[in-house]
Amino acid sequence: MKNIINVRRNRFLETSFAGGLILAFSLSQTGSSPPSGSSLPAGGESAPADFLLIGPDGTVTMIINKSEMGQGVYTSLAMLIAEELECDWRQIRVEPAPVAAVYNNPLTGMQMTGGSMSVRTEWDRLRTVGAAAREMLLEAAADIWGVPKARCHADNGMVFHDSGRKLSYGELAEKAAGMPVPVEVHLKDPSAFTIIGKPVARLDAKIKVDGTAVFGLDVKTPGMLTAVIERPPFFGGTVKSLDPARALAVPGVTGVVKTDSGVAVIAEGFWAARKGRDVLDIVWDEGPHAEISTDTIRQRYAALAQNAGRVARDKGNFGAALVSAAHRLTASYEVPYLAHANMEPLNCAIDLKDDRCDIWVGTQAQTLHRDAAAAVLGLEPQQVSLHTTYLGGGLGRRGNPHSDFIVMAAEVARAIKKPVKVVWTREDDMRGGYYRPFWYSRFSAGIDKSGDLTAWHQRLVGQSIMTGTAYARRLIKDGVDATSVDGAADIPYEIPNLLVDLHSPMVGVPVQWWRSVGHSQNGFMVESFMDEIAHATRRDPYQFRRALLKDHPRHLSVLDLAAQKAGWGSPLPSGRARGIAMCESYGSFVSEVAEVSVSPDGKVRVHRVVCAVDCGRTVNPSTIEAQMEGGIVFGLSAALHEAITLEDGSVRQSNFDTYPVLRMDEVPLIEVYIVESKGAPGGVGEPGVPPIAPAVANAIFSATGRRIRRLPIGVVEMEKM
Amino acid sequence: MISLKVNGKMYEVDASPETPLLWIIRDDLGLMGTKYGCGIGRCGSCTLHMDGQAVRSCAIPVASAAGKDIVTIEGLSAGGLHPVQKAWLDEDVPQCGYCQSGQIMAAAALLAANPRPDDADIDRAMSGIICRCGTYQRIRRAIHRAAAMQQG
Repeated sequence: MKNIINVRRNRFLETSFAGGLILAFSLSQTGSSPPSGSSLPAGGESAPADFLLIGPDGTVTMIINKSEMGQGVYTSLAMLIAEELECDWRQIRVEPAPVAAVYNNPLTGMQMTGGSMSVRTEWDRLRTVGAAAREMLLEAAADIWGVPKARCHADNGMVFHDSGRKLSYGELAEKAAGMPVPVEVHLKDPSAFTIIGKPVARLDAKIKVDGTAVFGLDVKTPGMLTAVIERPPFFGGTVKSLDPARALAVPGVTGVVKTDSGVAVIAEGFWAARKGRDVLDIVWDEGPHAEISTDTIRQRYAALAQNAGRVARDKGNFGAALVSAAHRLTASYEVPYLAHANMEPLNCAIDLKDDRCDIWVGTQAQTLHRDAAAAVLGLEPQQVSLHTTYLGGGLGRRGNPHSDFIVMAAEVARAIKKPVKVVWTREDDMRGGYYRPFWYSRFSAGIDKSGDLTAWHQRLVGQSIMTGTAYARRLIKDGVDATSVDGAADIPYEIPNLLVDLHSPMVGVPVQWWRSVGHSQNGFMVESFMDEIAHATRRDPYQFRRALLKDHPRHLSVLDLAAQKAGWGSPLPSGRARGIAMCESYGSFVSEVAEVSVSPDGKVRVHRVVCAVDCGRTVNPSTIEAQMEGGIVFGLSAALHEAITLEDGSVRQSNFDTYPVLRMDEVPLIEVYIVESKGAPGGVGEPGVPPIAPAVANAIFSATGRRIRRLPIGVVEMEKM
Repeated sequence: MISLKVNGKMYEVDASPETPLLWIIRDDLGLMGTKYGCGIGRCGSCTLHMDGQAVRSCAIPVASAAGKDIVTIEGLSAGGLHPVQKAWLDEDVPQCGYCQSGQIMAAAALLAANPRPDDADIDRAMSGIICRCGTYQRIRRAIHRAAAMQQG
């Protein structure tokens, strides 16, 4: 039994729904306890808190509070509502939600999309919305017919009476809106699901193959100008002096303004703005970070790793266990700064009026970004209407916790007071910071006489991404940023003595989460070092992991399934080898086996990847498969090719010529197997990423004897074999 | 003034001749299906057809597009029913969708020139277009499916 609290009609959507409202719901934040699994925060705003409208033509409009950035959330959340609503799937439309407290993620208290949390946090709530609406439609039909509701049932957008009479949802909607709201609704037993768990084609596929989907960059309102911003060549630099004359002389340029972020050139269209920017005369104050380089960061981190850091996990007695160990193993690992490199460069469009403003932006952080814009513009948050467009990729970047791409646009809008779209060039996007941090780890392991792993130590060095953000209070405890040690402090392997400690140096390079966050580095490092230990003890890497996971059935099941489907241990064509890895992240368990060969000149070819995933109860298997495939491609791209490096304070990469990413000709055959599971739904957007780098690196070791301890892999050094 | 033929319609545009065709298409003609991704012809998001060839519109000065037959995603088919688009829907290819106009235009040009491409042909024709979501495997399947569809 679930409680529905204070379902009410909503004025805001009533007036905005052209076809005449018909049924609108909200779940209030007040009242008795909400559906299990979510605790709605007490918000101060009065919200257009609706999830669902049914029109007289039977169209079901679902208001989705999560950003669609490719992960299929518009479809999967619609499936949750539809499962209980019993509507006609073909009549569903989805719309992005406005900003309101009722749409907040219950764990973060903000409206946002990230952490592979969407299905996990909306699982109960949206099914409850669907069930409540269905009950009201049944009530309406029963009332019209003068029959008991119990003799009516709903199916495919119709209510039927036992007698055979029927009415469509469109016909019933207006009356249903006036029906009492059910205090309690029954949610289906999962065995009765007809939509959840079945592969469903994406609702946004059509508009993404005919070119009509509107991304932030495609927004244009009448008179809207385009701006590009020249930013300092070094992080933390500022404008010392500016001569805008040559830029202003470029046809189409309408203005040049200095903002807190740099110098904006405003024009009628992108090309004029870009040309104007090219001829700006600016003298920069270099700021404090003009000497920073990857080499000095690496040296500093290696030195830091000599000393104990803040303890993130301490089990047993690592020190004593290492001393008494029969064999010891140590290794250092390193991963680079990484750009998100979303295909759609960052952008933000703003139309500022005297007492309000509209913002169109592909954002993963509606509440934060609206509030940041309001602060720059001197408005109350309620005076800012933020419209979420489709996102040309998110990957974390569009949830920037410092609101960088929103603030920059708001500064321009404030200066020119005309509708303006600020567009980042690819170079701006790639050199603009907020990277996945550079990480260094030093590992030590102790092995006893019988070859068992008795002691494990990982010391991490890298920047905290949560420091200085709205998430810091929740995620940083005793100086340990939980996201730094995700996948490190919580490794599932049964090791009696375990120590994980952390240094979080301050470095003048802006950093941020990147698809799979801490797991992106720790998955590689932990699963590679685990492989080193397996080989050092002459155990099979798959069996070695199995032995350390005896009481972890879900970890074991994905490990076993991946190994089995990959034919682990069976012969391969000459020159090929397999590597295995397994990571738990965001409530899901994923194991991947990579089949790799390395050419005599060190070029890596990944032929095949087998992925097994247990993400609990599945919502849309097609999406799960797509997210695993996508996560593997994304992680493989980084593992093989990607690095942001700094020299003399400046980022060396600027575009896809200097920052190569994975293309069609390098994509392996990817097979995804989903474990049937009754576990709570887990995330799928990120968990496919972490195991691929170690699976490939471990396969390279098996193929060549070369251990990869630094990413990207690039070309494997073969001469020392 | 430069005369352009886009999706069968004639346009006169007042632009400096070196302006990339991409920005004319987007900012002047308002056809937003063709995307900006890199500006240097390395990502393929801006791929469209010029005299039947798949080209990167960010790297083509508008002056050299004058008089050519230009087709964008908006003009590929009536109602999005080109076999490539149908195959894309059948395979549920798109994720974020941003690169997909370019992918589809490249695939349509490939199939026009080579009705039965093998995997190596697909690699050659499609490796110029980046997808950060990693839809490559479904793109490959969709191209094979569209090829089969066209054979009838």
